[in-house]
Amino acid sequence: MPIGGLSDAQYQQLHDDMLRFARLQLSDDEAAADAVQEAMVGALRNAQSFKSEASFKTWVFAILKNKIADSLRKRYRDPLYQADTENDCKKCESSDDQWFNDKDHWRSKTKPRRWGDTEQLTDNEQFWRVFDACLNDLPGDQARVFMMREFVELEAGEICESLALSTSNLHVLLHRARLRLRACLATSWFAENPSVY
Amino acid sequence: MMNCNEATRLLSEQQDRGLDLSEKTALHFHTLICSGCREFGRQMTTIRHLIQQKNKDIKE
Repeated sequence: MPIGGLSDAQYQQLHDDMLRFARLQLSDDEAAADAVQEAMVGALRNAQSFKSEASFKTWVFAILKNKIADSLRKRYRDPLYQADTENDCKKCESSDDQWFNDKDHWRSKTKPRRWGDTEQLTDNEQFWRVFDACLNDLPGDQARVFMMREFVELEAGEICESLALSTSNLHVLLHRARLRLRACLATSWFAENPSVY
Repeated sequence: MMNCNEATRLLSEQQDRGLDLSEKTALHFHTLICSGCREFGRQMTTIRHLIQQKNKDIKE
C-alpha cells in the first residue's frame, strides 16, 4: 500500500529532502530527525485524502515547517540558550561601523557592486555550500531570525510572537543579518572587487 | 538627505513590511544617486529569490 500515493523510493527521497531541509534550519541532527518524524506521522494520518503525490508533499512540508518553528521556539525559551543569545548580541552591538563611515555612508571597501548573472545559482551545489558557510558566520540571533524569515518563510509578526521580540528589534536583527550575509557572499562567491569599477 | 545606513535599513525592512509613501520617496531619491544602495537593494531581491527557488526545489 503506497503512502500518500508514493512508492517506497519516492518516500525515501521525500524523507531525505525533509531531513536536509530540517537540518539546514535547526543545525541539530537529533532535533531535525524528530521534526521530520513528527511531520511524517502527522501527514500520514491524513494520507488517504491526498489525490496526488504533489499535494501530499506540499502538505507534509507545511507540517514540517510548523514543527521546525515549534522546535526553534522551545530552544529560545531554554535559559542556557538565552545566555548564548545575549553573548551573541554583545559581539555585534556596534557592527554598523564596519560597513559605514562616520557619516553613515558606505566605506569604499564595503560598498556593494554588481553581482552579475545569478540565474543558474539555484542548482549550483558549490554556491549553496558557500551560502551555508556565510549563514554559519552570522551571530546566532541574526542567523535564527533570518532563517525563520527566509527559509521557514514565517511572517515578521509570527517571528516576533514566537521569540518574544519587538518589531523594531526584529528589523534591526534582520538588517544586520542581511548586511553581513551580503558582504560574505560578495567576497566569498561573487568576488566583488573595487578595482574592477 | 538620507544616509546609506538608513537606506539599507529601509531596503531590508521592505522585505518584511510595506513601506509608507514618505519612506518610499526618500528611498527612491537616495538610490537614484547612490549605486551602492541600488546594488544592495538588487542583491536583497536576488537573495530572497534564490532561497525561494531552493525551498521550492526541495519540496517538489
